[in-house]
Amino acid sequence: MCAELLPELIAEDPWGYPIVAAAPVPDELVPLARRAVAACPTLALLLADAD
Amino acid sequence: MSTAGAIRAAGTAGRALPPPGLPRLIPPGAPLHLGEHIQRYGPVPFRDAAGRGGRYRAADLIAEAERAGLTGRGGAGFPTGRKMRTVAERGRRGGALRGQPGTVVVANGAESEPASAKDRLLLTRAPHLVLDGIALAAEAVGATRGYLSVHEGQDELALQLTAMIGERDRYDQNRVPIRVVAVPGGYVASQETAVISQLNGGAPKPAFVPPRPFEKGAHGRPTLVQNVETLAHLALIARFGADWFRALGPAPWPPRGAAAGSALITVSGAVTRPGVYEIALGMPVGELIQRAGGPSEPPQAVLAGGYFGGWLPFFPALDVPLSDAGLRAVGAALGPGVLIVLPESACGLAETAWIAGYLAGQSAGQCGPCVNGLPALAGMIARLAFGRPDRQTYDWAQDLLGLVARRGACHLPDGTAAFVASSLRTFADELRAHSTAGPCARVRRRPVLPAPGHSWDDLR
Repeated sequence: MCAELLPELIAEDPWGYPIVAAAPVPDELVPLARRAVAACPTLALLLADAD
Repeated sequence: MSTAGAIRAAGTAGRALPPPGLPRLIPPGAPLHLGEHIQRYGPVPFRDAAGRGGRYRAADLIAEAERAGLTGRGGAGFPTGRKMRTVAERGRRGGALRGQPGTVVVANGAESEPASAKDRLLLTRAPHLVLDGIALAAEAVGATRGYLSVHEGQDELALQLTAMIGERDRYDQNRVPIRVVAVPGGYVASQETAVISQLNGGAPKPAFVPPRPFEKGAHGRPTLVQNVETLAHLALIARFGADWFRALGPAPWPPRGAAAGSALITVSGAVTRPGVYEIALGMPVGELIQRAGGPSEPPQAVLAGGYFGGWLPFFPALDVPLSDAGLRAVGAALGPGVLIVLPESACGLAETAWIAGYLAGQSAGQCGPCVNGLPALAGMIARLAFGRPDRQTYDWAQDLLGLVARRGACHLPDGTAAFVASSLRTFADELRAHSTAGPCARVRRRPVLPAPGHSWDDLR
């Protein structure tokens, strides 16, 4: 599901869990990233500050 | 001399002599009771203790720990001084939260690594050094309470430690209330956030970070979690200083930033005298194996670092220095100080499959990549060990190694992947032999590597 919302940054493993690109989320994709995190049914995603 | 007498006498005595060379942590003979401990090492050098008789006292223990280059001895090897400084700062910033002032110190002696015995040995043979370390750390980071975790099933030890804490309370050698806590035996239950989760009334399962314990841990307070051995070293650094600590290590007085000091290593497997040995970090693997009496039968490989560590072929391993940097450079690790010698009579692939199965069963069940990935990985390795390895199985195993790493709340998936990856490197010849001739006869022997509660039937 998240991979469909944000294919630029998220791929799916064989069991449907997200594999996330290592680079920071580009500014223009942050709103989509927030939606992907909110949509995850298993809380498998987290949006964190890159500090 | 009575305990009270010993404390009085030590207060006016000249400087207690630091242990010359090794051993530092575990004195020969019976464990010292409190009076003997204070006679031998001097009283706990709290900041407010009167500095009589020229006794060394670390006015700023955190700076001394940083200067000493003390790193955590629980497996992660994080710089202790830096951790303490962060907790102290967070504690000062945070003020009171829900009526709870101060920070918390947790001494972690739960030791869930099956092939490690150093923490329970330390708690049995030198408990007052650990308790000194808790008290000193508590003072340095502004803690108002402490916990000491022990592995479950050690009721007698827990009772003894509680009694010792009570005795120290009577002579004001603790400064904070300290409670002994039993942690269940799962592999991940002794992970730092799992212990805190348990202290907070939850399951002993690793928690997602952020927040890390130094920000918000036990009772929502900034919490310092340190392995019991790390705290024992701290108790000696507080008395004898950073220079004394660094006089042993990868090189005498190693450069700033390099790990230093001594460490407890549990040596087991095919050695003549298995047991816990205290070494100067940087000692070559071969020298330690020799101290343990040498191999008890023809050796094949060593596993360095426990089940998140790595396999090394035996003879090339002998020259590798026992330090985290030295072992990581060759694809292994120091971990919580574990070294296991594998004999020729065992099959490295079978041992790896056995432990991969054990680790898969130890998943806390919280993260999809672990819950799904580790059993799949264990299944692939079992096929390589007990079946006839083919290219496809090997490739699937390699894919899984990449898939599970760093995708969980804790390091169970990454550690397992690193351990399995090292087996495919070190036992490449075995793999080739298995793929032409099928599994060797050695796969059927009883496993060398310990896996509490795990059975072969789960695997085959």
